[in-house]
Amino acid sequence: MSTAPTTAAAAAGDRAADRAGEPPLLRVRDLRVAFPTAAGPVRAVDGIDFTVRAGRTLGIVGESGSGKSVTSLAVLGLLRGAEVSGSVELAGRELRGLPDRELAKLRGRRMAMIFQDPMSSLHPFYTVGEQIAEAYRVHFGAGRRAARRRAVEMLGEVGIPEPARRAADHPHRFSGGMRQRVMIAMALACEPDLLIADEPTTALDVTVQAQILELIARIQAERGLGVVMITHDLGVVARVAHEVLVMYAGRPAEQAPVDELFADPAHPYTRGLLDSLPRLDDDPGVPLHTIPGSPPSLLAPGPGCAFAPRCFRAAEASGDVRARCEGTRPDLVPLRAGRLASCHLPLADGPSGRPSRRPSDRPAGGLPDPQDPTPAPEGTR
Amino acid sequence: MTPIPEAAPAALTKDAGDPAAGAPLLSARNLVKTFPGRRTRTGRAAPAVRAVDDVSFDLRPGETLGLVGESGCGKSTTGRMLVRLLEPTGGSVTFDGTDITHIGQRALRPVRRHVQMVFQDPVSSLNPRHRVIRTLTDPMTVQGTDPREARARAAELLEQVGLGAEHLRRYPHQFSGGQAQRVAIARALATRPRLIVADEPVSALDVSIQAQIVNLMERLRRELGLAYLFIAHDLSVVKRVCDRVAVMYLGRIVELGPRDEVYARPAHPYTRALLSAVPVPDPAVERTRERIVLKGDLPSPAAPPGGCTFHPRCPKAQDVCRTERPALLTVGGGPREAACHFPEAG
Repeated sequence: MSTAPTTAAAAAGDRAADRAGEPPLLRVRDLRVAFPTAAGPVRAVDGIDFTVRAGRTLGIVGESGSGKSVTSLAVLGLLRGAEVSGSVELAGRELRGLPDRELAKLRGRRMAMIFQDPMSSLHPFYTVGEQIAEAYRVHFGAGRRAARRRAVEMLGEVGIPEPARRAADHPHRFSGGMRQRVMIAMALACEPDLLIADEPTTALDVTVQAQILELIARIQAERGLGVVMITHDLGVVARVAHEVLVMYAGRPAEQAPVDELFADPAHPYTRGLLDSLPRLDDDPGVPLHTIPGSPPSLLAPGPGCAFAPRCFRAAEASGDVRARCEGTRPDLVPLRAGRLASCHLPLADGPSGRPSRRPSDRPAGGLPDPQDPTPAPEGTR
Repeated sequence: MTPIPEAAPAALTKDAGDPAAGAPLLSARNLVKTFPGRRTRTGRAAPAVRAVDDVSFDLRPGETLGLVGESGCGKSTTGRMLVRLLEPTGGSVTFDGTDITHIGQRALRPVRRHVQMVFQDPVSSLNPRHRVIRTLTDPMTVQGTDPREARARAAELLEQVGLGAEHLRRYPHQFSGGQAQRVAIARALATRPRLIVADEPVSALDVSIQAQIVNLMERLRRELGLAYLFIAHDLSVVKRVCDRVAVMYLGRIVELGPRDEVYARPAHPYTRALLSAVPVPDPAVERTRERIVLKGDLPSPAAPPGGCTFHPRCPKAQDVCRTERPALLTVGGGPREAACHFPEAG
């Protein structure tokens, strides 16, 4: 029986990135996902591009309904009943259009996923050892005994005390943090090259979150794993990501290396998100800045920029400029220093051009009433 | 038929940092809550869970006290005992000089006018079959306000929370999460309370909406002289809204003090670990800051460790910590208190 081979790029992610000609670990191009509903298609993801290299972490941030989870499910080919288009290449190999049998060989083996709620993604009836062993047996054709050894080894690697004994326990006997460790052990048992983590720490307490993020970082460093970290928490992104993709209403708002994004965001939405966060290190005397209104419905997107109704830049603009924000959807274009933003009125470069944190109580220059329910409630009589 | 009087505005001028300032609005003394263990299928009784174990604090008029801790630490149970949604197993709750620990529902009614609650999930905490107007007027008519007056006030309340009279005829499902939380806050304000217990009021909301609700609560507090007990697990939000902070671990308060002191110089090792675990949205800070990663998980409150309950995870634990439970004592001469044998000197 074969031992799982590590990738050539292991522990040398940066070098791999520099090697010209080698395809990146994951390349997603113009990904679109629409769910047919009685009221028409919901465009959950509407044109997303990104790449992930070995040893690197891409953070995908967005609020609920921004399409970040749907993106990850589409990459793994786990969306049935949805209309998916675009290209998903894993180490140069196109996954879209692959037959299910072929995809199944890659899922779990080359790319693995961990979810937010470990309890509902573990089978309550089987021991965690059996569940970790199963994937290993399927992908490597290993025997029962070898697979069990592998399961125990993995539980030890993710920091579960007494792994041999704990492998015989059922999921309900583990705490939330321990269950997430089991999920990680399961995801990594077959030595995948790519790990997609969808809000892996959202259900956990902060002290346990710190443990899990540290565990993922350690394993990533050891194996040169490419990681996609999907989260709503900009703090988590700042801690783990190398590159960041900010999503809004199913579209990319901004893509940038992590330092540039946080120091000097180009998209007004990114700026607004950062400014509206209460931080441990800010001055509590100043009121928080807010983004007025709420995210739009994906059912009937307008012709313009999805963020325009909430955008302070669009509100300040007048005439033709404003008309462009409201009438023409901005493309994602390169701006500066490896950064892309989809905005007609991106924020200027450098501290001089950086707007001050915007007060929320400024005169709403033509802004729609912040309290106006954007998803028009049905049945209003 | 009597209109509900305005809350006493005297609260506005007091100095929140000074423990000697004025009589407390609410006092919790040695609060205990145990839940009986569920019987297992073999008939053995599981041990009782001591969810809250000897919790004492004061809340002054116009003050915001943050109650923070991880899931299962007893912060919500404490909040529910204060408003008598749960009956304390032991200890006492005094509101404005009246002991309300065990008084009956009828005697509780005038107190309920002054103590209201806001919950985490705005949509499920509103009655889905009631229009907003009914949700807002019911608490007032229960307190004896004339229905016509209550209806007029309902419209006022909506404006106060940033909604409008046009929302009066709507049902909860017609609101977004942030708007529903505004309605829930308006309902809490209906009886002109002096204290609002807010249990995770923003944690179910998206980041961009959270800030709106935090600012709203701050503004209402300034305008109405409200006191808040703000229960939350998000330390960044708590830092923003609270004057004082109580940190809970396994049913007990381990540190209590003025916000700036607790955040700048945490005395209890658990507070230090908790603060260092919160990710800061700044990659440069994240790369350089010192981080304390605790070992292990939160122990079960059904079988808490002996001595200091934090000792199995504590980087500073000594022999005495395993055997002797530390009391909540003053640290560094200041108003701050910590329950630790080896607190960091302030």
